[in-house]
Amino acid sequence: MSGDPCDRCETLLQDFLDRTLTNLEWAEAEQHLAGCDYCRRRYHFEETLRRYVKSSAAERMPPGLMDKLEELRGLDATA
Amino acid sequence: MSEPEPATEARRIATEARDRARFEEEALALADQVYRVARRLVGSREEAEDLVQETYARAFRSWRSYSPGTNMRAWLLRILTNLNVDRGRRIQRTPQTQVLEETDYYLANKVASAAGEEALEQDLVVERLSQDSVVNALADIPPQFRDVVVLVDIGDFTYADAAQILDIPIGTVMSRLHRGRRALKQRLADEAVS
Repeated sequence: MSGDPCDRCETLLQDFLDRTLTNLEWAEAEQHLAGCDYCRRRYHFEETLRRYVKSSAAERMPPGLMDKLEELRGLDATA
Repeated sequence: MSEPEPATEARRIATEARDRARFEEEALALADQVYRVARRLVGSREEAEDLVQETYARAFRSWRSYSPGTNMRAWLLRILTNLNVDRGRRIQRTPQTQVLEETDYYLANKVASAAGEEALEQDLVVERLSQDSVVNALADIPPQFRDVVVLVDIGDFTYADAAQILDIPIGTVMSRLHRGRRALKQRLADEAVS
């Protein structure tokens, strides 16, 4: 591995959290994270951020919409 | 060619009515999840409601083209994203902000330099970012990136589902997702440190 190990770890961040790394890359990230507080904190932050983005973006269906959708039942291509 | 027996024809009609009712019920059970994605793809609640209604109207009209046993949520979202693009209703902020290629630690680094390294470990992100700022930041990233981020990170679709829904290669899903998330963090950074 060449270059700065923290830069390398940063490039693995998204795929690590998405669980799409190869076994080799996974082991590489795990090994680096075990010894690097700087990267470990940033991985933790990213994980927390993702959860927060998801919960912040979730908006429930407005009341009344379901009734409108129910009314669409039975629509036909010929209608 | 002979006409079908009346009894056979009646049975066929009954079977079809039952299949159709089952399809409609399955689709309606997904409405809340469909709305959740729709709401983040368009600018207002009214537009999201319209889009979801148009999606269901089309889905109910073309229910025969759905293959039972396949992913109905992805099938509905495919209809929805196509309608959304056709109607040109995707949130399009002007002037189009440039996607800078900030790295993945960008936002974390900003928070750390403003509040200290420890802030990254205590879930301070919640205190520093309002829910509105997250919603605004999502609305502010370019639409082709936003579609993918919303489908995967808000809608919980797999890369493969997102590729199928948007009719783009899976590699394109991954690169747009990565860039979209970085663009999102870049927009959140301004708020996080203010």
